Amino acid sequence: MTDASADRSTDGHSRAKTSLLQLDERTKKRNAAEARFQAYGIAALAVGMFFLIALLTAIVSNGTRAFTQTFVMMDVTLDAQKLDPDGTGDAEVIAKTTTFGYGGIIDAALEQTLVARGITTEIAVGDLDQMLSSGAAAQIRRAVLDDTSLVGQTVTFEVLASSRVDGYLKGRVTRESLARDRNLSPEHLDVVDALQEAGLVERRFNWAFITGSDASESRPEQAGIGVSMIGSFFMMLVVLVLSLPIGVATSIYLEEFAPQNRFTDFIEVNISNLAAVPSIVFGILGLAIFIQVAHLPQSAPLVGGLVLTLMTLPTIIISTRASLKSVPPSIRDAALGVGASKMQSIFHHVLPLAMPGILTGTILGLAQALGETAPLLLIGMVGFIASNYPDGIAEGFLSPNSAMPAQIYEWAKRADPAYYERAWGGIIILLLFLMTMNIIAILLRRRFERRW
Amino acid sequence: MSALWIALIVLILAAVGFVVGRGRAMQSADGNIRNLHSLPVYYGSHVAMLTSVPALLLLALWLFAQPLAINRMIAPMITSVEAGDSGTLGLVLSDVRRVADGLDLAVSQGVMTDDAARDIRTEFTDVRERLSQVGVALGSDVSRETLAAAQRYRTLSTSGSFLMVVAVIGVALVGAVFALARTNRDFRARNVVEAGIKVVLIAAACIAILTTVGIVLSLIFNTVKFFGLYPASQFFFGLTWSPSFGGGSELGILPLLWGTFYISIIALAVAVPIGLFAAIYLSEYATPKVRAIAKPLLEVLAGIPTIVYGLFALLTVGPLLVNVFGEGGILGVTWMGGGTAVMTAGLVMGIMLIPFVSSLSDDIINAVPQSMRDGSLGLGATRSETVRQVVLPAALPGIVGAILLAASRAIGETMIVVLGAGAAARLSLNPFEAMTTVTAKIVSQLTGDADFSSPEALVAFSLGMTLFVITLGLNVFALWIVRKYREQYE
Repeated sequence: MTDASADRSTDGHSRAKTSLLQLDERTKKRNAAEARFQAYGIAALAVGMFFLIALLTAIVSNGTRAFTQTFVMMDVTLDAQKLDPDGTGDAEVIAKTTTFGYGGIIDAALEQTLVARGITTEIAVGDLDQMLSSGAAAQIRRAVLDDTSLVGQTVTFEVLASSRVDGYLKGRVTRESLARDRNLSPEHLDVVDALQEAGLVERRFNWAFITGSDASESRPEQAGIGVSMIGSFFMMLVVLVLSLPIGVATSIYLEEFAPQNRFTDFIEVNISNLAAVPSIVFGILGLAIFIQVAHLPQSAPLVGGLVLTLMTLPTIIISTRASLKSVPPSIRDAALGVGASKMQSIFHHVLPLAMPGILTGTILGLAQALGETAPLLLIGMVGFIASNYPDGIAEGFLSPNSAMPAQIYEWAKRADPAYYERAWGGIIILLLFLMTMNIIAILLRRRFERRW
Repeated sequence: MSALWIALIVLILAAVGFVVGRGRAMQSADGNIRNLHSLPVYYGSHVAMLTSVPALLLLALWLFAQPLAINRMIAPMITSVEAGDSGTLGLVLSDVRRVADGLDLAVSQGVMTDDAARDIRTEFTDVRERLSQVGVALGSDVSRETLAAAQRYRTLSTSGSFLMVVAVIGVALVGAVFALARTNRDFRARNVVEAGIKVVLIAAACIAILTTVGIVLSLIFNTVKFFGLYPASQFFFGLTWSPSFGGGSELGILPLLWGTFYISIIALAVAVPIGLFAAIYLSEYATPKVRAIAKPLLEVLAGIPTIVYGLFALLTVGPLLVNVFGEGGILGVTWMGGGTAVMTAGLVMGIMLIPFVSSLSDDIINAVPQSMRDGSLGLGATRSETVRQVVLPAALPGIVGAILLAASRAIGETMIVVLGAGAAARLSLNPFEAMTTVTAKIVSQLTGDADFSSPEALVAFSLGMTLFVITLGLNVFALWIVRKYREQYE
């Protein structure tokens, strides 16, 4: 043995010399592979982050513009000759002048404004009102009907500018793009510039976008998301009222009572499969069962809520079961030990302890339901102009309405680019709701989560 | 009396029963709670339960069954429709119901007296005009037969409703009396009430089954109807998709399936490498601090609704891709005609699936025991060699399962393809062309006011059936793989 060791020490020079301080080729290669592999990981993460940032940038940069709107201020002379020739002051007589009849008054007001400010233009007087929203006449008429004493006076009105003018101030519309536009000519923009200098055209925050109703295809400047927000609210109410009790009851049964048998297995398989069924299939179910068979009204938030309930049930059941499972058995044993029945131990002790987890899961399920669009398309919540607030609670559930994501989809499909801006704006509002719900869920979890 | 009032009466009876039952139990225990088997609340609940539950169930059943029974009874009166023609019969019957409702409305508004409504004849009165006075618009003049049937419908439904009131309240009273008779100090009220609650819990659990059954039935029923109008072989093997509501449409599913798979493949090609590498980095390399920030951020992508991705595809990614690959673009090629294309939808769907792949893979990689990594590192392997040769093979079944689940998600995704992929159904290999998918066509065939009896609308149910079967198959397969090949580390 000593020979062998002596041999090696003398033979050492025949092998390649290795040193810990000097990397050989193979180690270098392996280290390079290691660095490469790590770089791939970082790159993947970076790409993911980049997509997230790109998405959020697109939303914010396109959407914030929807929250401001261009208004035009002008002095309108409410000509008593036209509105109330006999001087009756009677609201019914004044109401006889239709919105169409106010067109002339607006034309006159615009002309007056231009003359007063010394702005000259080649546009015919009758065409000046293309700068304004076609809803301007209705706005003035409503103001007059609300207060008939205005007739005969000169009142300063703030009316919406047309979507083209609005787009010009937001940089979406240029003179070149107007060259072939029938709704507005480049000369109008000169007038707008002059009016803006005079401080009569102004862009400012537009509450009507948040609270208002949808408008027809030709009046994007008037469209708002408020009514569909109410529709979403009623749908979420249905989802909450149905899915929370049903989900909790199902979870309690499966987690605490169900015997190990085929029937239980069958329920479990069904729930896990339902969680993976594409949402559009739930829309087909809603159309076939709730509308075709049960004859519930189309487009009603009630039907939407029912469909979304079925869709979110698996989510809620899964999270509820997890939080029931996390309550330690000692709690149940203690309750049973002092003479409670199984039902009492669960309802009096396990359920309250699991409640924060259940609520967190429910809020997350609701958030998922709030953003879901596809099933709503099939039960008729698009292609429908949500122009009125529901009159009451029953109406809120049963009368046709839209929902926020469906409204966004509807806007995205319209031809006028002014609607795209509103779709992005709608997304900002939708995401704000989702963010709030998620933050509440996180806070709930932080505040009440218990480690046993 | 409307059903709502009856339900309210039953509930009031139940509340009264609760108080009486509790009092009776206390009385039988001589006012001493210790002589009772259960807490007094349970005796009260027992009475309330037996009062309300059977009565309300009967009410629901009656409301459901009465229209069916009445329809069956008046159907023989409609002689103008040949037996067996159920479609026309249904139309006539719904006319009958509308006339009957109109007569009800007319009576309640005082336009007609009750006797007049019962006795009017088409020979003497223009029923259509009279009904339009109260705001009931009828499509055509009312025939003698329809009016007679409507009048019979009214008498039947009046007597039916009366019977319902009697029966429901009778059942409630019988239940209350029975429960009160059982109530004494030795009666095991808690056991009975808890058995009742358990039935409710089981019923709730069955809703999941009912939903599945509802989905399957509504799909199968309408699919069978569709195949009665359109040959199944042409649906499954047809190469053209050109529906026209005027008739003569070709409804081959293959172009749609091709679009679906093409988009899904592009989406997976984006999501799988990025998601997988991100998961590996997060679980094997990242410091806890980086992980605590990057993981939730990545999962934000999963919480964003699909409509947002759809809009992102339509308005941002599509135009961007046209700027690069379209005419006059940066690359100087003219591959892309418009913003909506397979590439647009696939790319955006890939972004959506990144967190799906990454968080599922992350869980699975974390489930591989540390001792295996330690063993590999102890033998001198680098970390990447450990990952590639030890961790990934151990996690492979789970990762394959995750990818299959992501694929099923991609196939069922709707909003991104509706907005981003275009509407043209074609079989093409060019990823810059607009194509369409099964889900997008379900939406386009079922929105709008199509009537649900034409093959063009019914085809959507067959498409839904195909989609359901494919996604279900993928899910079952994924779970099977995970179960079968899962390594047990115990």
